[in-house]
Amino acid sequence: MPPLSAIVKPTTTNHQGILTISTGPTSDNRWLHAISLALTMAVIWFLLSGHTEPLILGLGAASILSITWLALRMDLIDREGHPIHLTFRAPMFWVWLGWEIVKSNLQVMKIILYPKLPISPRMFRVPVSQKTDIGRVLYANSITLTPGTISLRVNEHDIEVHALTQAGEDGLKDGKMDRLVTNVEGEQ
Amino acid sequence: MINFLSWVLLLSGCFCVLISAIGLIRMPDLFTRMHAAGVGDTLGAILVIAGLMLQAGPTLLLAKLVLIMFFLLFTGPTACHALAKAALAGGEKPLLDDNNQ
Repeated sequence: MPPLSAIVKPTTTNHQGILTISTGPTSDNRWLHAISLALTMAVIWFLLSGHTEPLILGLGAASILSITWLALRMDLIDREGHPIHLTFRAPMFWVWLGWEIVKSNLQVMKIILYPKLPISPRMFRVPVSQKTDIGRVLYANSITLTPGTISLRVNEHDIEVHALTQAGEDGLKDGKMDRLVTNVEGEQ
Repeated sequence: MINFLSWVLLLSGCFCVLISAIGLIRMPDLFTRMHAAGVGDTLGAILVIAGLMLQAGPTLLLAKLVLIMFFLLFTGPTACHALAKAALAGGEKPLLDDNNQ
């Protein structure tokens, strides 16, 4: 087996990306985030309660307004806590990820049912090209969501992965998921 | 027709969970077992919830099921990752293939 450094070939952007800390929202963005937070809470409130009486609606509106006010005051609303910039690009990625989940599920189920249990567990590292924490979390979670690969440790340069088979390792190393997640993240 | 489709989804979801449980027993160590558990966590849960959505029809119940699915898919991998990391930190050595060490 070649040394680890030969397998992992981090691109230069990885190293440049370490120091990139997402800046807090500007004052315009702050209100946009607050409005979006309030709307999201209103939709979820209604979906979960289904009430239309004026009194209950009023109480719901009061709660939402006070929570938004509190969150603004405590400075809790930022890109990471409420990432509206991901909202529009994420659904396409989820469709792709859903199909990947189905495919890898069928593979793992086949392995489980095979009398000889043809597994060859392995650990390896894959480079990450995302620049923000939320991007890396999205990538690590996507890896874990597809059965057959689990992310063990995450840092700025790479993710340590445990895979059930050679096929699982190859599938990750072609880097397609990494590219797509970076695309969803969309930060320069 | 919708009822039939719903049952197909529910039963295939149950089948996934069953296979996942068999895998949980057959796999040799903690990390490989987590892969098997992942089958029930993802496809099993998705299929069962999709079957329940068809049973619910276009009601508020449907929205709640969508929310449940989202929460499952967001929290599942996080819990899985935490478990794997805790096992590693606790000194659990993953069983690796001989050709790969």
